[in-house]
Amino acid sequence: MRTINTEEIEELIYKMALKAGVSLTDGAKAALYDAAEREEGGAAKFALKKLCENFELAERENMPVCQDTGMAVVLMNIGQNVHLEGKLLQTAVDDGVRRAYADGYFRKSVCDPLTRVNTGDNTPAALHTEIVAGDKIEITFMPKGFGSENMSRVYMLKPAQGTDGIIDAIAETVKIAGSRPCPPVICGVGIGGSFDTCTYLAKRALTRKTGSRNPRADIAEIEERALEKINALGIGCQGFHGNITALAVMCEWAPTHIAGLPVAVNIQCHCMRAQTEVL
Amino acid sequence: MKKLNLPLTSKDVKELKAGDSVLLNGVILTARDCAHKRIKELMDRGEKLPFEIANAYIYYAGPCPAKPKMASGSCGPTTSARMDSFAPALLDAGLGGMIGKGEMSDEVRRAVARNGKVYFAAIGGAGALYAECIKKSRCIAFDDLLSEAVFKLEVENFPAVVAFDCRGGSIYD
Repeated sequence: MRTINTEEIEELIYKMALKAGVSLTDGAKAALYDAAEREEGGAAKFALKKLCENFELAERENMPVCQDTGMAVVLMNIGQNVHLEGKLLQTAVDDGVRRAYADGYFRKSVCDPLTRVNTGDNTPAALHTEIVAGDKIEITFMPKGFGSENMSRVYMLKPAQGTDGIIDAIAETVKIAGSRPCPPVICGVGIGGSFDTCTYLAKRALTRKTGSRNPRADIAEIEERALEKINALGIGCQGFHGNITALAVMCEWAPTHIAGLPVAVNIQCHCMRAQTEVL
Repeated sequence: MKKLNLPLTSKDVKELKAGDSVLLNGVILTARDCAHKRIKELMDRGEKLPFEIANAYIYYAGPCPAKPKMASGSCGPTTSARMDSFAPALLDAGLGGMIGKGEMSDEVRRAVARNGKVYFAAIGGAGALYAECIKKSRCIAFDDLLSEAVFKLEVENFPAVVAFDCRGGSIYD
């Protein structure tokens, strides 16, 4: 049994949040440079080049890449031989978020769902925990903007719809979103599980290196075919028309019920920010 | 790229067509979801707004707090479609135009054309670049809404693309 004080977690969350707000992941940077190169011209190419200038400037000047510094999504894999002591885990995470969003001059974007009154400090974070083997904690901090989150969808497909149905659902989600979620987008897709687990898997999928392939061949094929179908839509960067509407489609899967085929499509804009650390 | 001063003249407006890239200079006012709700409530009650709508340009945006020595924090556009239900009445009340990101409804498009105005698309996600275009920023209404308050921004060479023009043209077609 290894004991970890949650103040260590708070400190790590603070550091990860500060870094995540001002820098894209290496995978997203590479995908944007590649897109700016490959796009054929017009307003979409102009916008892609500006997006590359933007993330370079943000990192250099230590300022938020996007003003939507997001809702703080925290994914934690906790080894079952870890014993946590100190303040409550959610409190530790929120304390780290609160300090980082104040010190980083980040926007506070969390509010009551009905009164719309802002909590003023970007808390609470959306904290997801999984219990895994071992005595370590792997923490991923992902600020999630809502221009793209709003365009996400869940489909409860019929088993008979199969692979083609999954690909259609992913492409339809991007088509309905159109110019609104800041394309080029990244699609995180959860396939299988239950109504709730497929949405979690979709979020998890986004944290993979942008453009990486699922090790399972038939899932990787869905990723490739869906990306091709999306990029044939012609929406382009910002909806200005072009060949690059998505930078990547990444799917995660879980066994599901014999009667169902849940598919969750979580849309992420090009501004993919995430930090992962192991304690 | 074409440089424009705000407010636009009617000649400027007539010369702009969907897809044109421009650099905007002048004063714009931020307003997003909550500010629009309040503006609508005031208008519905026939009360005076805390700022002039005629010839004003609304920027659908909610900035990050400004760091010391900067006029504004990162300040890119938010999704305009959430303001679809508010824009036509504001255009009919004399609003100069809007700046945001992404497509707006056909009703908004008709209201832009009917009033001879323009809807500009800024580049979504380029928050840091836009902060550098902002030379002055001052909260002029609804300060309790924090980042959703109305900020009066003075901008220089603010890159945008004509999304809806005064003839009903759209870059999204």
